[in-house]
Amino acid sequence: MRRMAEYRLEVNGDSLDVSAPDHWTLLEVLRYRLALTGSKQGCDKGDCGACTVLVDGKPWLACLTLARSVVGRRITTIEGLLPAHRANGGSGADPVQAAFDRCGALQCGFCQPGMILSAKALLAKTPQPTRDEMREALSGNLCRCTGYTQIFEAIESAVASELGLKPAARAWGAPPVSCAARKDGGA
Amino acid sequence: MSARDLHGPGAPWGGAEPGARSNSDFKVVGQPRPKVDGIAKATGAAVYTDDLTFPGMLHAKTLRSPHAHARIVRIDTSKARALKGVHAVLTGDSMPIKYGVIPWTPDENALAVDKVRFIGDPVAAVAAIDEDTANAALKLIEVEYELLHTYLDPFESLQRKEPQIHEDKKGGNISKSVQLEFGKVEEALAGAEVVVEDDYFFHGSTHAPIEPHCAVATYSADGVLTLWSATQITHYVHRALARVLELPAHRIRVIQPCLGGAFGGKSDPFSLEFCVSKLAMVTGRPVKMLWTREEVFYAHRGRHPMHLHYRSGVTKDGKLVGVDAKILIDGGSYSSFGLVTTYYSGQLLTGPYHFPTYRFDSTRVFTNKPPCGPKRGHGSVQPRFAFEVQLDQLAEKLALDPIEIRRRNFQGDFTRTVNGQRVTSNGFLQCLDEVESASRWKERRGKLGFGRGLGVAGSMYISGTNYPVYPNDMPQAGVQLKVDRSGLVTVFTGGNDIGQGSNSMCAYIVAEELGIPVERVRVVAADTDLCPVDLGAYSSRVTFMVGNATIDAARKLREKLVAAVAEKWECAPARVRLIEGLAIDLEDTARSMTSVEAFQLAETKFDTLGSTGSYNTPKLGGDYRGGTIGASPAYSFTAHVVDASVDVETGRITVHDVWVAHDCGRALNPMIVAGQMEGSAYMGLAEALFEEHDVNRFGLHRGPSLLDYRLPTSLDTPDFHARIVESIDPEGPYGAKEAGEGPLHPSLPALSNAVYDAVGIRLKHLPFTPAKVLAALREKRAAASVPQGVR
Ligand code: FES
Ligand code: FES
Repeated sequence: MRRMAEYRLEVNGDSLDVSAPDHWTLLEVLRYRLALTGSKQGCDKGDCGACTVLVDGKPWLACLTLARSVVGRRITTIEGLLPAHRANGGSGADPVQAAFDRCGALQCGFCQPGMILSAKALLAKTPQPTRDEMREALSGNLCRCTGYTQIFEAIESAVASELGLKPAARAWGAPPVSCAARKDGGA
Repeated sequence: MSARDLHGPGAPWGGAEPGARSNSDFKVVGQPRPKVDGIAKATGAAVYTDDLTFPGMLHAKTLRSPHAHARIVRIDTSKARALKGVHAVLTGDSMPIKYGVIPWTPDENALAVDKVRFIGDPVAAVAAIDEDTANAALKLIEVEYELLHTYLDPFESLQRKEPQIHEDKKGGNISKSVQLEFGKVEEALAGAEVVVEDDYFFHGSTHAPIEPHCAVATYSADGVLTLWSATQITHYVHRALARVLELPAHRIRVIQPCLGGAFGGKSDPFSLEFCVSKLAMVTGRPVKMLWTREEVFYAHRGRHPMHLHYRSGVTKDGKLVGVDAKILIDGGSYSSFGLVTTYYSGQLLTGPYHFPTYRFDSTRVFTNKPPCGPKRGHGSVQPRFAFEVQLDQLAEKLALDPIEIRRRNFQGDFTRTVNGQRVTSNGFLQCLDEVESASRWKERRGKLGFGRGLGVAGSMYISGTNYPVYPNDMPQAGVQLKVDRSGLVTVFTGGNDIGQGSNSMCAYIVAEELGIPVERVRVVAADTDLCPVDLGAYSSRVTFMVGNATIDAARKLREKLVAAVAEKWECAPARVRLIEGLAIDLEDTARSMTSVEAFQLAETKFDTLGSTGSYNTPKLGGDYRGGTIGASPAYSFTAHVVDASVDVETGRITVHDVWVAHDCGRALNPMIVAGQMEGSAYMGLAEALFEEHDVNRFGLHRGPSLLDYRLPTSLDTPDFHARIVESIDPEGPYGAKEAGEGPLHPSLPALSNAVYDAVGIRLKHLPFTPAKVLAALREKRAAASVPQGVR
């Protein structure tokens, strides 16, 4: 019933042979053939951005991309960032990944592989983005958990650490106030 | 030690008054720090349910009803079974036992038996070698339906009894009805200076977690069923599987992998969990089912649409004298948590304001729509919206500042509500102060010019409920600790981490109590074979209950460590302090040993090292039927100020800033608390402005996709300013209360009130679409152009 296709994809610096039904999307091939399950499927129709990968450095919806159509292109998935960072002599995770972790941007985490890759693409183009530029660049990646604020802060923190600045600390309600002092009930 | 003596002499700080202890006294708690699973999530290493694959795994798909209400006359699956690659086909008769998350109202079947009740109701399931084959097989299943009258209007369901959506249910199409009165409301309202009476409508909305529901099952040769599922209630799924599959519970293991968002949308047992289990049993192979985004919309269990009528009266000083509510709740096709929803719609309104008298009459009816259930702020977001708008209407009549009327009605802390709920810590006034000053309310309100305004609203929410969904006196939360000779401590908890960070919370507490770095604590959660029972991630109960259970377990372990060290040093145990990876002698600070040495010493002295801890609520609630529903060991409080503008040409509302102040007792990790506050406020505004879960005149969902059901993007979301208020609750873990649901409530009424401040229209019907805004503006202009004296 189904026709198979055989081709070779460049994923995270590796050349990988794929044999899959010829109608499979890049997302299906990554997740179910190459076991790169870091790219997520939230809708499978281009609405959520959870499947975002980088193709030649640009954010790309893997669920809308026929896998065969990106033969010969440079594909980066979330799994590729940390090893690339280590190969460049870095330690720990990629600085953007580390900043997302440090700033509380990861709640359920399901949107985040796509979100982080969109952020990487933004920073490659615009090393010091404004909030508006971030809003624009991330508008294809839905996050249902965070309300986006801590994601913006994570990107700002990544930029600051890239520039060797101490990332600005956030004031959490400056500082938390105790009601113990107001046992009288205030007003 | 009982978990309720947390701040007694067993406390690591020697029994100081909890309120006297500041965040700087803690080593771990109270500081922003990463989550234990953060880096795994950031690098794509975290394993979610659909990331699991097993050798020989089959893929399953569901056939769903195309009719909103129909009898199944005949199903023929023979052609589907004959298709090459198909391994099994199930229909309703293979699992005829009904279930429901509330044991009193089991009215769901894994696959429809005799009847379908909404478009999307599961009818049959197929397991095949791949998804394409399973989908092809679905097309070969023949189902003959006899159509029945379709109920789409809840008012019709209230009146009309035949045909019944659930035939074995007494009382026509009514799912649940509750009438309660506290004090004499009519008398009180008769004596009020001002009474406002009005109607409000809250539309349906859904959770839309980015991860769709997914389940995988294996059935071993020796008869053990293992289910991995994207659920927030492992324990209830375990019980439901045992019931429906007629397997002893000890032969079932349920595991929740990393979860991609839930918000209440994964807190029922779902059809796919039964189907993959049964299919694995029948075929002897692993089976996976991943729902499409469209199917997630049908599964729903989202916010109940409510028609709300409120009548409230105040004295001339603006003090409430009585509140009278009548609420019609559209439940959709099944009960789900509906019994609780119906109570919550009335029971949770009685704070942060003092109600001298109160009455509510809430009725939930069945309709032929996707079933409603608990969405973040279960049952209480809708009445809160209506009441907080009504409070602004009252303030206006008395020419009182909207923040001032809220202050004047503050119920106080350590008090009891009119419906008998015990309120402990209460930082609501502080919340009001915070949003008032942060938004520069006094300087800015009413002075932003026509088209822009500020609005305020407050709320209260439960931190867990003392009503376990099935009655029993066992602990509501259990935790087990295991110590390794390497210095690693493993926490086993039944708690479901759904992204809110509960696994991290357990690790912080153990690290704090045992004086070890967080990196030396590993958390194993939500696996029924390995972890003690916790009831699940719902009703904002996890931090409070699992947190207390973790403290209990950690203190029992600490006692042993301290005893072993004290024996070695031949000193009193009180002199031994566990801190920063060491055991130190408080009176001779030169004397210390590493915590690894202390662990080994204790293992030598006692036995293999471990401990258990648990939490159960004290007896709570009013002394009447339903009085325990809504009774919580502690309540959280929130206030919002919203800054919004209205474009009078297009009717578009733009929200600029939202200040969210939330009393979470104590922020065990302020970064996570702020994330919950911002995420809640986002979700509330999304419901107010963007989202609508509804069906067309045939009962077909209007847009079951993330394109049609519009979640706000980063471009649509305003700036949030989270202000944490800490009231240090006497019974919460280190004084903590919930933060995940409460901060959603005020978003919607605060926005409505801001729109009133901006352009003078009262938006009482959600969502606030441009069409509704324009209609209200037209109405207002028409009223204004009528000459004085004529009206
Ligand atoms: S899965 Fe590709 S956009 Fe949603
Ligand atoms: S962190 Fe859950 S969807 Fe973004």
